[in-house]
Order: sequence, then structure tokens, then C-alpha cells
Amino acid sequence: MILRRILIANRGEIALRVMRTCERLGIETVLAVSEADRDSVAARRADHSVCIGAAPSHASYLNVAAVVRAAQRARVDAIHPGYGFLSENAALADACAAAGIVFIGPTVAQLTAVGDKLHARRHAAAAGLPLVPGGAVASLEAARDLARAIGYPILIKAVAGGGGRGMQRVDSPVDFESAINRSMAEAQAAFGDARVYLERYVAAGRHIEVQVLGDGERVIHLGTRDCSIQRRYQKLIEEAPAPLLTATLRTAIESAAVAFATYLAYRGLGTVEMLLDCERDCFYFLEMNARIQVEHPVTEAICGLDLVACQIAVAEGRPLGMTQEEIRCDGHAIECRINAEDWLHDFRPSPGRVDLAEFAVGEGIRVDTHVESGVDIPPFYDSLMAKIIVHGHDRPAAVRRLSQALRHSTIRGVANTLGLHRAIADDGAFGIGGVHTGFLEGFLATQTGKTPTSTPAAALTSTSTSAPARLSTPTVTPRGDASANPGATP
Amino acid sequence: MELYDEDVRAILQLLDASSFDELCVDTDRFSLTLRRADGAWTRETRTSSKPRELIDAASPSVGSAPSVGTAAADGSLTSVSGAARPEGNPADARLVAVLTPLPGTFYRSPKPGSPPFVEVGTPVARDTVVAIVETMKLMNSVYAGVAGRVVEICYPDASLVAQRAVLLRIEPDLA
Repeated sequence: MILRRILIANRGEIALRVMRTCERLGIETVLAVSEADRDSVAARRADHSVCIGAAPSHASYLNVAAVVRAAQRARVDAIHPGYGFLSENAALADACAAAGIVFIGPTVAQLTAVGDKLHARRHAAAAGLPLVPGGAVASLEAARDLARAIGYPILIKAVAGGGGRGMQRVDSPVDFESAINRSMAEAQAAFGDARVYLERYVAAGRHIEVQVLGDGERVIHLGTRDCSIQRRYQKLIEEAPAPLLTATLRTAIESAAVAFATYLAYRGLGTVEMLLDCERDCFYFLEMNARIQVEHPVTEAICGLDLVACQIAVAEGRPLGMTQEEIRCDGHAIECRINAEDWLHDFRPSPGRVDLAEFAVGEGIRVDTHVESGVDIPPFYDSLMAKIIVHGHDRPAAVRRLSQALRHSTIRGVANTLGLHRAIADDGAFGIGGVHTGFLEGFLATQTGKTPTSTPAAALTSTSTSAPARLSTPTVTPRGDASANPGATP
Repeated sequence: MELYDEDVRAILQLLDASSFDELCVDTDRFSLTLRRADGAWTRETRTSSKPRELIDAASPSVGSAPSVGTAAADGSLTSVSGAARPEGNPADARLVAVLTPLPGTFYRSPKPGSPPFVEVGTPVARDTVVAIVETMKLMNSVYAGVAGRVVEICYPDASLVAQRAVLLRIEPDLA
């Protein structure tokens, strides 16, 4: 089926990103907007827009019925869900099928298979992928026994979680009981599902992921990305390919990702996330993200493909137009997420009016953004304002270009993370590459002169109250999107 | 409708060879300003086209938008416990207003279904958490900021609150 008209069920930079490809392919776009986004840059650039509900996400961007109703009334052929929001929601994919609308993403069965971490783990084991030692627990006694078997430190995660929510590190058996109670309460409150699982805490880890693309029969990979620079499980900088990996390890990681997607007979674009244990020089499967990711541009930069176009082609029922041998990765790419956050004050959110938004332009520089001078950043959604992506013939060239591009970009009116990225781009350890997931915490301590919160557990309990669900000042809540990253721990 | 990076680079190639340091392109759909500083170019874009909303497809809830001010960040943003003297009504002169630290969604309880942090009449200490305000997916605790007793809760649970909105009023203890 040829897709001629697509509803984009998302906002911000990814909505514009999808539009760009649609325009190139001659596909008409209808943008679903909340009341807060009716006059957004994305709404102005779409061929049409349709309001699907009030500003809070649950009333609009997370409302399956409203999205499907809008798609039907706008008579679109397909829905592109972007990332976050409903992008991995099996109910939306199901409702699309029932309404005769193409869901640009994997099958309902595949969404279900990877949407729940326990299912995903089981499938990964069946596909022969290595897993971090650990498992699910239903009671405190069972949890204590398993923790003993795995050995401390241990990470407790919510089965239904993501984005760091419901995740805690426990260093000794003394703290175990209170930690697991807190995790279960938080998981229950956040996801309506109190189940947790335990796993070995990897002290020195890197977050490495593989971009995969399948047509339901054949799967290829588009190389690795390294997303180890994170704060509380939110990615800040991503690069492709993952630097400083031996050829053997890189091949093993890529092959494992393809094996997993092949096992699922995966259809669409996806990312298999791995945790590289730097001390043991081995890797473990973390999870699979069944959607396009925030950091997809770094892969596009090195492999020269338009990943949104790939998604659309597969959704149209076409077989992959290329073989693994035809994929050539060239040079090195780095992406910085510029967020509306005051990084010098604990990354305090900073919604408000942007007085000036000026970005570097030139060879090897790409800026994906929905922010222009004069726009308002609403308080309802996540804080991503822009992604600055650079490409160079090798990593040092990319780092130099990044530093330049950041220096020639300015955002005024709201606090933002440009300054943080400038400092990181000039950092020696970052320049060498291959930093661990704990890098940023240490880096911030040197920049702000403050003692870092040493563990996720400490971060989540920094306000001493009995209310884990919404408390912590501020704590990170899941948006269920690209940044969700269990496993890789500071 | 969009101007692609490739288009901008093509324009830049022309400009590079020229002596111009600034170029403005204004159309009905966008305005693009390219500026040269320290040998590098920057771009500023404004989209001027209007949204073309499909009226027919609008959802029933449209029109009930509680609007929220998103005033630019000011000094108040750094103060989480936003106790401040209210203005106006002299009868309330003793009361201390608790301001929202950020614009966002005001929650009275730690999680859906659990009891509120405080009710009218609840005694509070300076560091008592009295509410949560969700901004950009982050939960920010709001502290009383002063010891006393809650005399007013200004919004229902889950309301949208603007920058510097008064969330609660507290009658401070006599020192």
C-alpha cells in the first residue's frame, strides 16, 4: 500500500523530522496537536493540523481514542507515532489495525514482546543473547535470596518501568529491605504494577546500542551508537559508531542485535540496547526500543540513510531495499541534546519564552529543532529544545566540529544546556572517548563544585518523605521514550 | 514548506565568497537570517505560515483549555520553598502565601488515590512538603517555608498553575 497521507501523533522536533521526510516523499502530513501546541512551529509547517485534546499529555498525546479518531476524521492512510508518547503502545497499533490504518512501527505482537522488560528478557535469552545476572521477584524473601546469589551491589528495577523510575542501587544487605519496599511502592504508584526485578550492578559500564531495520523477514543493522553520557538515565550525548571497541566485540554486539530482531521476525526500525561491562569486557542485553529514537540522526549521518523513509517503506509493505553488505558507515557523528534545563542548578526545568534561538550552520552540522526566536516552551512536555548533530571524517574531527557548532549556537530567554555541552566537548576524557555511564556525574561535580549524588538510590530519596511516587526534588519521571535506559548505571 | 539544511548550505556557498556578513530572506512562509561572526555562520529561522487546522476532526474537548502562563524564568525559579507575603487584603496580612516554584500541574497528594499532603487546618513546619508541582515531567516538591497552619488551599488537585501562582496560604505560628 502506498501511503499518501500520514497523521503524526507527536510534537516538537520529531514531528518536524517526520514532516521533512514526508515532504520529500510527497506525502501529505496531518499533525495531531494538543491545545498548547495549536500554534507551534510544527503545526505551522504541517500541511494540516488537528487538535486532539487539552494540554496535559494524558488528555491528548497519550489518548489512544483521540488519536485514532483524529486519524479517521482526517482520513489518513497511516499514523507515525514518533518517539515517546504512544510510540510503543500496543493498544494504538491494535486500534489502527481495527480502523484499517497503517501503524508505522512493528506488529502488535512485537510491541508486546519487547514492551515489558521481563518478556523482552525471556525472548532475548531464547534468542541466545547474554543477560545481566538477575531475575524477577514476587516477595521480599525471594528477593533477599536472589540478591545473595547475584552479589552486591544490586540494582532494583520496576518491571513496567523506564527512564530511571522505580530503579535503585543497593550496596549492602542492610539497606535491601527498605529499598525494595520503596521500589515496589514506586512501581505500583507509577505503573500500577508493583513487580520488580533485581540484577547485578555493573560498576563500569557503557551504554551501547545497535540500530536495526527489518521488513518482517530479513533484518540488517546500521551500526552501533554509544549513549553513555547520561544523567539519571536520561541520555545527553550520543555518538555513532561507538568509539574504542575492539572489532571482535563490535561484531559480537551487532550480531547479537540482529539475532534478537531476527528471532522476533522484526518489522520496522528498532534499537537493541546493550550494557557493556568494561571490567569483564563482555556485554548484556538490556532492552529493545521498538520505534525511532531521539538519537537516530547520528546513525543517519554515518550511514547516509533516511531512517524515517526506511520506516515508511517497510510500513508500505516493501522488502528492505539494501543488504547488510551495502551498508557502509562513514566517519563519526555526535549529537547533543539541548534541553530547557538549568544545568548549574540541578537541571531545574526552565519552561518559558525563548527570546533568541540561533544555531550554527555549515558543513557537517545538522540541527533538529522546533524552537525559534519568540516561541514558548510549555511546561507540560519534556524539555528537549534542539539536537545539534555533527559529522566528521573521524572522531577528533567530529569533536572539533561539535565544539565549534556549540560555540556558535545561542539560546536566550530560558536556561539551557548549551553551556554544559560546550564544557563537555572541551573535556579531555570526552576527547579520548569511550567514557563510562558514570562520567557525567563526576564531570558535573568538577563543574559545579558540588558533591554528586553518588547513586540512583540516593537521588531518588533525596527528599526524606514517605511518598515515592511524585517526590524527589526533582526526580526524573519516565516519558517512556528514547532516553529510558535501565541497566546502564552511574 | 521547510527550508532544508542543504538549501541553506547552498546559499552559504554563495555568501562565503562575498563580503556580506548578514543575509535576510523573508517570505510568507518563513524568514531566515544568516549571520557571519568569527568566520562561522549562524542561522535564525522564524516560521510565519499559519496552522491549517482541520475543524471537522477536532475533538470534543477543544475549548476547555485552562491556560497557563509560561512567563520567562526569573529569580523565583530558584526558590523551591516559595513562602512570601501576599499582597492586598489587610485581614490576611499575617498569612504567608506559598508560591509555585515553577509553572506546571499542582498535585495535592504524593500519588493518585493517596491522602493529600495537607488539608486546611493541618499544622506544618518549615520543611513540610505541602504539594507537588509537575513541570516538564519532573516532580518538584513544594515546602511550606514557614511553621504554622494551613488556612487555604487555592487550587483543586491536578490544576494547571501559572508562574508565581499562590498555591496555599499559611497562618504562621506566633514566634
